[in-house]
Amino acid sequence: MSNEIPIIELEKVSKSFGLFKVLDELDLVLEKDKVNIIIGRSGGGKSVLIKHIIGLLKPDSGRVLIQGQDIAPLKERSLASVRRKFGMLFQEAALFDSFTVEENVAFPLREHTSKSIREIQETVEARLASVGLSGMGGKMPSELSGGMRKRVGLARALVMDPQIVLFDEPTSGLDPVMSAAINDLILRTQREFGATCVVISHDIEATMKIADRIYMLYNGKIIAMGTPREIRDWDDPVVRQFIRGEADGPIKVN
Amino acid sequence: MKSLIQYLGKSTIDLLREMGQIMLLFFEALFWLFRPPFRIRHFFKQVEFIGVNSLFVVMLTSLFTGMVLALQTYYAFRMFSAETLVGATVALSMTRELGPVITGLMVTGRAGSAICAEIGTMRVTEQVDALTVMAVNPVQYLVLPRVLAGFIVLPLLTVISDVMGILGGYLVGVKILGIHGGLFMNKIYEFVEVGDVYNGLVKASVFGVILTLVGCYKGFYTGGGAEGVGRSTTQAVVMSSVLILVSDYILTALMF
Repeated sequence: MSNEIPIIELEKVSKSFGLFKVLDELDLVLEKDKVNIIIGRSGGGKSVLIKHIIGLLKPDSGRVLIQGQDIAPLKERSLASVRRKFGMLFQEAALFDSFTVEENVAFPLREHTSKSIREIQETVEARLASVGLSGMGGKMPSELSGGMRKRVGLARALVMDPQIVLFDEPTSGLDPVMSAAINDLILRTQREFGATCVVISHDIEATMKIADRIYMLYNGKIIAMGTPREIRDWDDPVVRQFIRGEADGPIKVN
Repeated sequence: MKSLIQYLGKSTIDLLREMGQIMLLFFEALFWLFRPPFRIRHFFKQVEFIGVNSLFVVMLTSLFTGMVLALQTYYAFRMFSAETLVGATVALSMTRELGPVITGLMVTGRAGSAICAEIGTMRVTEQVDALTVMAVNPVQYLVLPRVLAGFIVLPLLTVISDVMGILGGYLVGVKILGIHGGLFMNKIYEFVEVGDVYNGLVKASVFGVILTLVGCYKGFYTGGGAEGVGRSTTQAVVMSSVLILVSDYILTALMF
Protein backbone atom coordinates (compact mmCIF):
# COMPACT_ATOMS: atom_id res chain seq x y z
CA MET A 1 0.00 0.00 0.00
CA SER A 2 1.32 3.44 -0.88
CA ASN A 3 0.80 6.57 1.16
CA GLU A 4 -1.19 8.22 -1.60
CA ILE A 5 -4.74 9.29 -0.86
CA PRO A 6 -6.95 6.46 -2.12
CA ILE A 7 -9.19 7.34 -5.05
CA ILE A 8 -12.31 5.98 -3.37
CA GLU A 9 -12.61 5.21 0.31
CA LEU A 10 -15.67 4.40 2.40
CA GLU A 11 -15.38 4.74 6.16
CA LYS A 12 -17.89 3.09 8.48
CA VAL A 13 -20.74 3.69 6.05
CA SER A 14 -24.16 2.61 7.31
CA LYS A 15 -27.43 2.79 5.43
CA SER A 16 -30.85 1.47 6.35
CA PHE A 17 -34.12 1.44 4.47
CA GLY A 18 -36.79 1.32 7.11
CA LEU A 19 -35.69 -1.37 9.54
CA PHE A 20 -33.58 -3.15 6.98
CA LYS A 21 -29.88 -2.47 7.40
CA VAL A 22 -28.30 -2.65 3.94
CA LEU A 23 -24.82 -1.34 4.72
CA ASP A 24 -23.46 -1.89 8.21
CA GLU A 25 -20.39 0.19 9.11
CA LEU A 26 -18.85 -0.79 5.83
CA ASP A 27 -15.17 0.00 5.22
CA LEU A 28 -13.79 -0.14 1.71
CA VAL A 29 -10.72 1.21 -0.08
CA LEU A 30 -10.64 0.87 -3.85
CA GLU A 31 -7.45 0.90 -5.88
CA LYS A 32 -6.59 3.51 -8.43
CA ASP A 33 -6.25 2.53 -12.09
CA LYS A 34 -7.38 -1.01 -11.45
CA VAL A 35 -10.44 -3.08 -12.22
CA ASN A 36 -12.14 -3.34 -8.81
CA ILE A 37 -15.01 -5.79 -8.73
CA ILE A 38 -17.53 -5.93 -5.91
CA ILE A 39 -19.34 -9.23 -5.69
CA GLY A 40 -22.26 -10.22 -3.52
CA ARG A 41 -25.76 -11.62 -3.61
CA SER A 42 -28.58 -10.06 -5.60
CA GLY A 43 -30.41 -7.61 -3.41
CA GLY A 44 -27.44 -7.62 -1.04
CA GLY A 45 -26.74 -3.92 -1.29
CA LYS A 46 -24.23 -3.79 -4.15
CA SER A 47 -26.24 -1.22 -6.08
CA VAL A 48 -26.77 0.75 -2.88
CA LEU A 49 -23.03 0.72 -2.34
CA ILE A 50 -22.26 2.03 -5.82
CA LYS A 51 -24.92 4.72 -5.48
CA HIS A 52 -23.15 5.93 -2.35
CA ILE A 53 -19.89 6.21 -4.23
CA ILE A 54 -21.44 8.60 -6.74
CA GLY A 55 -23.59 10.47 -4.23
CA LEU A 56 -27.01 9.31 -5.48
CA LEU A 57 -27.64 8.04 -1.96
CA LYS A 58 -26.40 9.58 1.27
CA PRO A 59 -25.13 7.41 4.10
CA ASP A 60 -26.98 7.47 7.43
CA SER A 61 -23.56 7.66 9.02
CA GLY A 62 -19.96 7.38 7.90
CA ARG A 63 -17.85 9.06 5.26
CA VAL A 64 -17.51 8.59 1.51
CA LEU A 65 -14.16 9.95 0.38
CA ILE A 66 -13.46 10.60 -3.28
CA GLN A 67 -9.75 11.48 -3.63
CA GLY A 68 -9.80 12.43 0.01
CA GLN A 69 -12.90 14.66 -0.21
CA ASP A 70 -15.91 13.61 1.86
CA ILE A 71 -18.91 13.84 -0.46
CA ALA A 72 -21.56 12.80 2.06
CA PRO A 73 -22.28 16.31 3.43
CA LEU A 74 -21.97 18.06 0.06
CA LYS A 75 -24.87 20.00 -1.44
CA GLU A 76 -26.22 19.02 -4.82
CA ARG A 77 -24.29 21.74 -6.65
CA SER A 78 -20.88 20.87 -5.22
CA LEU A 79 -21.66 17.22 -5.86
CA ALA A 80 -22.15 18.03 -9.52
CA SER A 81 -18.50 19.04 -9.87
CA VAL A 82 -17.34 15.85 -8.13
CA ARG A 83 -19.54 13.80 -10.44
CA ARG A 84 -17.74 15.09 -13.51
CA LYS A 85 -14.87 12.79 -12.52
CA PHE A 86 -17.25 9.86 -12.95
CA GLY A 87 -18.82 7.92 -15.74
CA MET A 88 -21.46 5.35 -14.98
CA LEU A 89 -22.94 2.49 -16.92
CA PHE A 90 -26.37 1.65 -15.50
CA GLN A 91 -27.83 -1.82 -15.28
CA GLU A 92 -30.29 -1.27 -18.11
CA ALA A 93 -28.04 1.36 -19.70
CA ALA A 94 -30.54 4.15 -18.85
CA LEU A 95 -30.32 5.72 -22.29
CA PHE A 96 -32.68 8.63 -22.85
CA ASP A 97 -35.31 7.02 -25.01
CA SER A 98 -36.45 10.23 -26.64
CA PHE A 99 -32.94 10.80 -28.02
CA THR A 100 -31.07 9.02 -30.79
CA VAL A 101 -27.93 7.03 -29.98
CA GLU A 102 -25.79 9.91 -31.18
CA GLU A 103 -27.66 12.47 -29.07
CA ASN A 104 -27.34 10.20 -26.05
CA VAL A 105 -23.58 9.94 -26.37
CA ALA A 106 -23.28 13.64 -27.16
CA PHE A 107 -25.40 14.66 -24.16
CA PRO A 108 -22.60 15.19 -21.58
CA LEU A 109 -20.51 17.06 -24.16
CA ARG A 110 -23.40 19.38 -25.03
CA GLU A 111 -24.11 20.01 -21.38
CA HIS A 112 -20.63 20.56 -20.05
CA THR A 113 -18.32 21.61 -22.87
CA SER A 114 -18.31 24.42 -25.39
CA LYS A 115 -17.18 22.19 -28.23
CA SER A 116 -18.48 22.92 -31.70
CA ILE A 117 -21.09 20.69 -33.29
CA ARG A 118 -18.47 19.20 -35.58
CA GLU A 119 -16.08 18.42 -32.74
CA ILE A 120 -18.86 16.78 -30.80
CA GLN A 121 -19.84 14.72 -33.83
CA GLU A 122 -16.28 13.52 -34.30
CA THR A 123 -15.87 12.58 -30.64
CA VAL A 124 -19.19 10.77 -30.61
CA GLU A 125 -18.41 8.84 -33.77
CA ALA A 126 -14.98 7.86 -32.37
CA ARG A 127 -16.52 6.64 -29.12
CA LEU A 128 -19.21 4.69 -30.91
CA ALA A 129 -16.55 3.10 -33.09
CA SER A 130 -14.52 2.12 -30.04
CA VAL A 131 -17.48 0.13 -28.69
CA GLY A 132 -18.06 -1.40 -32.12
CA LEU A 133 -21.14 0.60 -33.06
CA SER A 134 -19.95 2.97 -35.75
CA GLY A 135 -22.67 4.16 -38.07
CA MET A 136 -25.43 3.41 -35.55
CA GLY A 137 -25.72 7.02 -34.38
CA GLY A 138 -29.05 7.64 -36.05
CA LYS A 139 -30.90 4.79 -34.37
CA MET A 140 -33.24 5.13 -31.40
CA PRO A 141 -32.42 3.17 -28.23
CA SER A 142 -35.61 1.13 -28.63
CA GLU A 143 -34.29 -0.25 -31.92
CA LEU A 144 -31.19 -1.73 -30.27
CA SER A 145 -30.58 -5.03 -28.52
CA GLY A 146 -29.72 -5.12 -24.81
CA GLY A 147 -26.03 -5.58 -25.51
CA MET A 148 -25.95 -2.71 -27.98
CA ARG A 149 -27.74 -0.45 -25.52
CA LYS A 150 -25.14 -1.23 -22.89
CA ARG A 151 -22.36 -0.43 -25.30
CA VAL A 152 -23.98 2.88 -26.13
CA GLY A 153 -24.30 3.47 -22.38
CA LEU A 154 -20.60 2.77 -22.02
CA ALA A 155 -19.75 5.14 -24.88
CA ARG A 156 -21.81 7.81 -23.12
CA ALA A 157 -20.13 7.09 -19.78
CA LEU A 158 -16.67 7.45 -21.35
CA VAL A 159 -17.26 10.46 -23.54
CA MET A 160 -16.04 12.95 -20.92
CA ASP A 161 -12.85 10.94 -20.23
CA PRO A 162 -13.75 10.21 -16.60
CA GLN A 163 -11.17 9.17 -14.02
CA ILE A 164 -13.55 6.67 -12.47
CA VAL A 165 -16.03 4.48 -14.30
CA LEU A 166 -18.77 2.63 -12.44
CA PHE A 167 -20.47 -0.44 -13.91
CA ASP A 168 -23.73 -1.64 -12.38
CA GLU A 169 -24.04 -5.34 -13.32
CA PRO A 170 -22.72 -4.80 -16.83
CA THR A 171 -23.34 -8.35 -18.05
CA SER A 172 -26.66 -9.24 -16.43
CA GLY A 173 -29.23 -10.39 -18.95
CA LEU A 174 -26.76 -10.75 -21.83
CA ASP A 175 -25.82 -13.85 -23.78
CA PRO A 176 -22.33 -15.33 -23.10
CA VAL A 177 -20.78 -13.89 -26.24
CA MET A 178 -22.06 -10.40 -25.54
CA SER A 179 -21.01 -10.74 -21.89
CA ALA A 180 -17.50 -11.58 -23.00
CA ALA A 181 -17.51 -8.59 -25.34
CA ILE A 182 -18.62 -6.27 -22.53
CA ASN A 183 -15.97 -7.70 -20.21
CA ASP A 184 -13.38 -7.02 -22.89
CA LEU A 185 -14.63 -3.47 -23.06
CA ILE A 186 -14.23 -3.06 -19.31
CA LEU A 187 -10.61 -4.19 -19.56
CA ARG A 188 -10.01 -1.89 -22.52
CA THR A 189 -11.64 0.98 -20.67
CA GLN A 190 -9.12 0.52 -17.91
CA ARG A 191 -6.13 0.18 -20.23
CA GLU A 192 -6.90 2.72 -22.92
CA PHE A 193 -8.42 5.44 -20.78
CA GLY A 194 -6.40 4.70 -17.67
CA ALA A 195 -9.58 4.90 -15.63
CA THR A 196 -10.31 3.33 -12.29
CA CYS A 197 -13.08 0.82 -12.89
CA VAL A 198 -15.56 -0.19 -10.22
CA VAL A 199 -17.73 -3.10 -11.28
CA ILE A 200 -20.65 -4.71 -9.49
CA SER A 201 -21.22 -8.26 -10.50
CA HIS A 202 -22.37 -11.68 -9.50
CA ASP A 203 -20.85 -13.31 -12.53
CA ILE A 204 -18.01 -15.14 -10.76
CA GLU A 205 -16.34 -16.63 -13.81
CA ALA A 206 -15.96 -13.31 -15.59
CA THR A 207 -14.95 -11.62 -12.36
CA MET A 208 -12.08 -14.03 -11.90
CA LYS A 209 -10.95 -13.33 -15.44
CA ILE A 210 -10.94 -9.54 -15.51
CA ALA A 211 -10.61 -8.35 -11.91
CA ASP A 212 -7.45 -6.88 -10.43
CA ARG A 213 -9.06 -6.77 -7.01
CA ILE A 214 -12.20 -8.48 -5.75
CA TYR A 215 -14.28 -7.37 -2.77
CA MET A 216 -17.08 -9.49 -1.38
CA LEU A 217 -20.08 -7.75 0.18
CA TYR A 218 -22.12 -9.83 2.60
CA ASN A 219 -24.58 -8.71 5.28
CA GLY A 220 -23.66 -5.08 4.84
CA LYS A 221 -19.91 -5.54 5.25
CA ILE A 222 -16.92 -6.34 3.09
CA ILE A 223 -15.95 -9.79 4.29
CA ALA A 224 -13.17 -10.57 1.86
CA MET A 225 -10.88 -8.71 -0.47
CA GLY A 226 -7.92 -9.58 -2.58
CA THR A 227 -6.71 -10.69 -5.97
CA PRO A 228 -8.75 -13.32 -7.81
CA ARG A 229 -6.30 -15.98 -6.66
CA GLU A 230 -6.54 -14.91 -3.03
CA ILE A 231 -10.32 -14.89 -3.18
CA ARG A 232 -10.41 -18.30 -4.80
CA ASP A 233 -8.35 -19.72 -1.93
CA TRP A 234 -10.23 -17.77 0.74
CA ASP A 235 -10.89 -19.77 3.89
CA ASP A 236 -14.24 -18.36 4.99
CA PRO A 237 -17.11 -20.77 4.27
CA VAL A 238 -19.42 -17.93 3.12
CA VAL A 239 -16.94 -16.78 0.51
CA ARG A 240 -16.24 -20.37 -0.55
CA GLN A 241 -19.92 -21.14 -0.99
CA PHE A 242 -20.48 -17.97 -3.03
CA ILE A 243 -17.45 -18.47 -5.28
CA ARG A 244 -18.32 -22.08 -5.98
CA GLY A 245 -22.03 -21.32 -6.35
CA GLU A 246 -23.34 -23.98 -4.00
CA ALA A 247 -26.86 -24.08 -2.64
CA ASP A 248 -25.82 -25.58 0.71
CA GLY A 249 -23.76 -23.65 3.21
CA PRO A 250 -23.87 -20.73 5.60
CA ILE A 251 -25.63 -18.47 3.04
CA LYS A 252 -29.32 -19.28 3.30
CA VAL A 253 -31.52 -19.23 0.24
CA ASN A 254 -34.85 -17.61 1.02
CA MET B 1 -63.10 4.21 17.16
CA LYS B 2 -59.47 4.50 18.04
CA SER B 3 -58.40 3.00 14.72
CA LEU B 4 -60.62 5.47 12.88
CA ILE B 5 -58.91 8.38 14.59
CA GLN B 6 -55.55 6.82 13.89
CA TYR B 7 -56.47 6.42 10.25
CA LEU B 8 -57.64 10.02 9.96
CA GLY B 9 -54.53 11.28 11.67
CA LYS B 10 -52.23 9.25 9.46
CA SER B 11 -54.00 10.32 6.27
CA THR B 12 -53.81 13.96 7.31
CA ILE B 13 -50.11 13.71 8.06
CA ASP B 14 -49.43 11.93 4.77
CA LEU B 15 -51.39 14.54 2.87
CA LEU B 16 -49.57 17.41 4.55
CA ARG B 17 -46.22 15.76 3.95
CA GLU B 18 -47.03 15.33 0.29
CA MET B 19 -48.15 18.96 -0.05
CA GLY B 20 -44.93 20.02 1.64
CA GLN B 21 -42.85 17.98 -0.78
CA ILE B 22 -44.73 19.44 -3.74
CA MET B 23 -44.04 22.95 -2.43
CA LEU B 24 -40.34 22.07 -2.00
CA LEU B 25 -40.23 20.88 -5.59
CA PHE B 26 -41.91 24.12 -6.64
CA PHE B 27 -39.34 26.26 -4.82
CA GLU B 28 -36.51 24.23 -6.26
CA ALA B 29 -37.88 24.76 -9.76
CA LEU B 30 -38.23 28.47 -8.96
CA PHE B 31 -34.62 28.54 -7.79
CA TRP B 32 -33.47 27.20 -11.17
CA LEU B 33 -35.64 29.66 -13.08
CA PHE B 34 -33.05 32.39 -12.65
CA ARG B 35 -29.94 30.31 -13.21
CA PRO B 36 -28.31 29.29 -16.47
CA PRO B 37 -28.36 27.22 -18.55
CA PHE B 38 -31.74 28.42 -19.82
CA ARG B 39 -33.36 25.66 -21.78
CA ILE B 40 -35.38 27.67 -24.27
CA ARG B 41 -35.84 24.74 -26.64
CA HIS B 42 -37.09 22.47 -23.90
CA PHE B 43 -39.51 25.16 -22.86
CA PHE B 44 -40.95 25.56 -26.33
CA LYS B 45 -41.18 21.82 -26.78
CA GLN B 46 -43.31 21.68 -23.63
CA VAL B 47 -45.39 24.66 -24.80
CA GLU B 48 -46.12 22.66 -27.92
CA PHE B 49 -46.89 19.50 -26.00
CA ILE B 50 -48.99 21.01 -23.21
CA GLY B 51 -50.52 23.84 -25.20
CA VAL B 52 -50.71 23.33 -28.92
CA ASN B 53 -51.57 19.65 -28.68
CA SER B 54 -54.36 20.33 -26.18
CA LEU B 55 -55.93 22.98 -28.38
CA PHE B 56 -58.43 20.79 -30.18
CA VAL B 57 -59.81 19.01 -27.14
CA VAL B 58 -60.12 22.28 -25.21
CA MET B 59 -61.95 23.93 -28.11
CA LEU B 60 -64.33 21.03 -28.49
CA THR B 61 -65.21 20.69 -24.80
CA SER B 62 -65.58 24.46 -24.37
CA LEU B 63 -67.87 24.71 -27.38
CA PHE B 64 -70.23 22.11 -26.00
CA THR B 65 -70.08 23.59 -22.50
CA GLY B 66 -71.16 26.94 -23.91
CA MET B 67 -73.91 25.26 -25.90
CA VAL B 68 -75.37 23.34 -22.97
CA LEU B 69 -75.12 26.40 -20.73
CA ALA B 70 -77.14 28.41 -23.21
CA LEU B 71 -79.70 25.66 -23.48
CA GLN B 72 -80.14 25.29 -19.70
CA THR B 73 -80.24 29.00 -18.90
CA TYR B 74 -82.64 29.64 -21.79
CA TYR B 75 -85.28 27.35 -20.30
CA ALA B 76 -84.86 28.91 -16.87
CA PHE B 77 -84.78 32.53 -18.04
CA ARG B 78 -87.77 32.08 -20.35
CA MET B 79 -89.96 31.65 -17.27
CA PHE B 80 -89.46 35.31 -16.45
CA SER B 81 -88.84 36.54 -20.00
CA ALA B 82 -85.14 37.25 -19.54
CA GLU B 83 -83.93 35.24 -22.57
CA THR B 84 -81.66 38.07 -23.71
CA LEU B 85 -79.55 37.56 -20.60
CA VAL B 86 -78.51 34.07 -21.79
CA GLY B 87 -75.48 35.52 -23.59
CA ALA B 88 -74.26 37.44 -20.57
CA THR B 89 -74.75 34.42 -18.32
CA VAL B 90 -72.82 32.15 -20.65
CA ALA B 91 -70.04 34.71 -21.07
CA LEU B 92 -69.73 35.38 -17.33
CA SER B 93 -69.72 31.68 -16.46
CA MET B 94 -67.15 30.92 -19.10
CA THR B 95 -64.71 33.73 -18.36
CA ARG B 96 -64.88 33.59 -14.59
CA GLU B 97 -65.24 29.91 -14.00
CA LEU B 98 -65.74 27.32 -16.66
CA GLY B 99 -63.10 28.45 -19.13
CA PRO B 100 -60.17 28.05 -16.72
CA VAL B 101 -61.61 24.99 -14.96
CA ILE B 102 -62.44 23.06 -18.11
CA THR B 103 -59.09 23.94 -19.62
CA GLY B 104 -57.34 22.91 -16.41
CA LEU B 105 -59.13 19.59 -16.19
CA MET B 106 -58.77 18.72 -19.86
CA VAL B 107 -55.06 19.55 -19.89
CA THR B 108 -54.63 17.52 -16.70
CA GLY B 109 -56.16 14.53 -18.43
CA ARG B 110 -54.18 14.98 -21.60
CA ALA B 111 -50.82 16.43 -20.57
CA GLY B 112 -50.61 16.09 -16.78
CA SER B 113 -50.96 12.33 -17.03
CA ALA B 114 -48.42 12.15 -19.86
CA ILE B 115 -45.92 14.26 -17.91
CA CYS B 116 -46.24 11.91 -14.94
CA ALA B 117 -45.95 8.78 -17.07
CA GLU B 118 -42.91 10.11 -18.91
CA ILE B 119 -40.97 11.25 -15.85
CA GLY B 120 -42.10 8.15 -13.93
CA THR B 121 -40.75 5.90 -16.67
CA MET B 122 -37.51 7.85 -16.66
CA ARG B 123 -37.33 7.32 -12.91
CA VAL B 124 -37.88 3.55 -12.93
CA THR B 125 -35.47 3.02 -15.85
CA GLU B 126 -32.81 5.05 -14.00
CA GLN B 127 -32.77 7.81 -16.62
CA VAL B 128 -33.31 10.38 -13.86
CA ASP B 129 -30.30 8.97 -12.01
CA ALA B 130 -28.37 9.05 -15.28
CA LEU B 131 -29.09 12.78 -15.55
CA THR B 132 -27.88 13.34 -12.02
CA VAL B 133 -24.75 11.27 -12.60
CA MET B 134 -23.97 13.33 -15.69
CA ALA B 135 -24.11 16.39 -13.44
CA VAL B 136 -27.37 17.71 -14.90
CA ASN B 137 -29.95 18.69 -12.31
CA PRO B 138 -33.15 16.77 -13.07
CA VAL B 139 -35.38 19.45 -11.55
CA GLN B 140 -33.85 22.06 -13.77
CA TYR B 141 -33.87 19.78 -16.79
CA LEU B 142 -37.25 18.08 -16.44
CA VAL B 143 -39.47 19.98 -14.00
CA LEU B 144 -38.80 23.65 -14.68
CA PRO B 145 -39.60 23.69 -18.44
CA ARG B 146 -42.87 21.88 -17.84
CA VAL B 147 -44.06 24.03 -14.95
CA LEU B 148 -43.12 27.22 -16.76
CA ALA B 149 -44.89 26.05 -19.91
CA GLY B 150 -48.01 25.22 -17.87
CA PHE B 151 -47.93 28.65 -16.24
CA ILE B 152 -47.79 30.45 -19.58
CA VAL B 153 -49.86 28.19 -21.80
CA LEU B 154 -52.94 27.65 -19.64
CA PRO B 155 -54.10 31.30 -19.78
CA LEU B 156 -53.65 31.25 -23.55
CA LEU B 157 -55.74 28.12 -23.86
CA THR B 158 -58.31 29.66 -21.52
CA VAL B 159 -58.77 32.66 -23.82
CA ILE B 160 -59.58 30.27 -26.64
CA SER B 161 -61.85 28.29 -24.33
CA ASP B 162 -63.73 31.48 -23.37
CA VAL B 163 -64.23 32.42 -27.01
CA MET B 164 -65.38 28.93 -27.97
CA GLY B 165 -67.81 28.78 -25.05
CA ILE B 166 -69.39 32.07 -25.99
CA LEU B 167 -69.50 30.96 -29.61
CA GLY B 168 -71.31 27.79 -28.53
CA GLY B 169 -73.76 29.86 -26.51
CA TYR B 170 -74.34 32.12 -29.51
CA LEU B 171 -74.97 29.18 -31.85
CA VAL B 172 -77.55 27.63 -29.54
CA GLY B 173 -79.09 30.84 -28.22
CA VAL B 174 -79.28 32.80 -31.44
CA LYS B 175 -79.26 30.25 -34.26
CA ILE B 176 -81.33 27.51 -32.64
CA LEU B 177 -83.46 29.10 -29.92
CA GLY B 178 -84.02 32.37 -31.78
CA ILE B 179 -82.76 34.98 -29.29
CA HIS B 180 -82.05 38.30 -31.00
CA GLY B 181 -78.38 38.30 -31.95
CA GLY B 182 -77.77 41.99 -31.31
CA LEU B 183 -79.31 41.87 -27.86
CA PHE B 184 -77.41 38.70 -27.05
CA MET B 185 -74.08 40.38 -27.79
CA ASN B 186 -75.10 43.69 -26.27
CA LYS B 187 -75.83 42.12 -22.89
CA ILE B 188 -72.42 40.48 -22.95
CA TYR B 189 -70.77 43.89 -23.39
CA GLU B 190 -72.95 45.28 -20.65
CA PHE B 191 -72.26 42.66 -17.98
CA VAL B 192 -68.82 41.21 -18.64
CA GLU B 193 -65.88 43.32 -17.48
CA VAL B 194 -62.23 42.96 -18.34
CA GLY B 195 -61.65 42.05 -14.71
CA ASP B 196 -63.75 38.91 -15.12
CA VAL B 197 -61.58 37.71 -17.96
CA TYR B 198 -58.41 38.75 -16.21
CA ASN B 199 -59.25 36.91 -12.98
CA GLY B 200 -60.10 33.83 -14.99
CA LEU B 201 -56.65 33.97 -16.58
CA VAL B 202 -54.95 34.27 -13.18
CA LYS B 203 -56.79 31.13 -12.13
CA ALA B 204 -55.69 29.40 -15.31
CA SER B 205 -52.04 30.17 -14.56
CA VAL B 206 -52.38 28.71 -11.09
CA PHE B 207 -54.04 25.60 -12.54
CA GLY B 208 -51.22 25.33 -15.07
CA VAL B 209 -48.63 25.29 -12.30
CA ILE B 210 -50.66 22.80 -10.25
CA LEU B 211 -51.18 20.24 -12.98
CA THR B 212 -47.60 20.28 -14.27
CA LEU B 213 -46.09 20.33 -10.79
CA VAL B 214 -48.22 17.46 -9.51
CA GLY B 215 -47.48 15.47 -12.68
CA CYS B 216 -43.75 16.05 -12.24
CA TYR B 217 -43.87 15.31 -8.51
CA LYS B 218 -45.76 12.05 -8.88
CA GLY B 219 -43.47 10.98 -11.71
CA PHE B 220 -40.37 11.97 -9.81
CA TYR B 221 -41.24 9.89 -6.77
CA THR B 222 -42.44 6.82 -8.66
CA GLY B 223 -41.22 3.41 -7.56
CA GLY B 224 -42.10 -0.15 -8.36
CA GLY B 225 -41.73 -0.59 -12.09
CA ALA B 226 -44.42 -0.34 -14.74
CA GLU B 227 -47.19 -0.90 -12.19
CA GLY B 228 -45.83 1.96 -10.09
CA VAL B 229 -45.86 4.29 -13.08
CA GLY B 230 -49.50 3.44 -13.76
CA ARG B 231 -50.44 4.04 -10.14
CA SER B 232 -48.58 7.35 -10.00
CA THR B 233 -50.24 8.53 -13.19
CA THR B 234 -53.70 7.84 -11.82
CA GLN B 235 -52.81 9.57 -8.57
CA ALA B 236 -51.42 12.55 -10.46
CA VAL B 237 -54.65 13.03 -12.40
CA VAL B 238 -56.87 12.65 -9.34
CA MET B 239 -54.70 14.89 -7.18
CA SER B 240 -54.38 17.61 -9.84
CA SER B 241 -58.12 17.61 -10.47
CA VAL B 242 -58.95 17.88 -6.79
CA LEU B 243 -56.36 20.59 -6.21
CA ILE B 244 -57.62 22.54 -9.22
CA LEU B 245 -61.19 22.54 -7.92
CA VAL B 246 -60.17 23.36 -4.34
CA SER B 247 -57.86 26.17 -5.37
CA ASP B 248 -60.58 27.40 -7.73
CA TYR B 249 -62.85 27.96 -4.75
CA ILE B 250 -60.13 29.67 -2.74
CA LEU B 251 -59.10 31.93 -5.62
CA THR B 252 -62.71 32.85 -6.35
CA ALA B 253 -63.30 33.72 -2.71
CA LEU B 254 -60.19 35.89 -2.72
CA MET B 255 -60.69 37.64 -6.06
CA PHE B 256 -64.38 38.41 -6.50
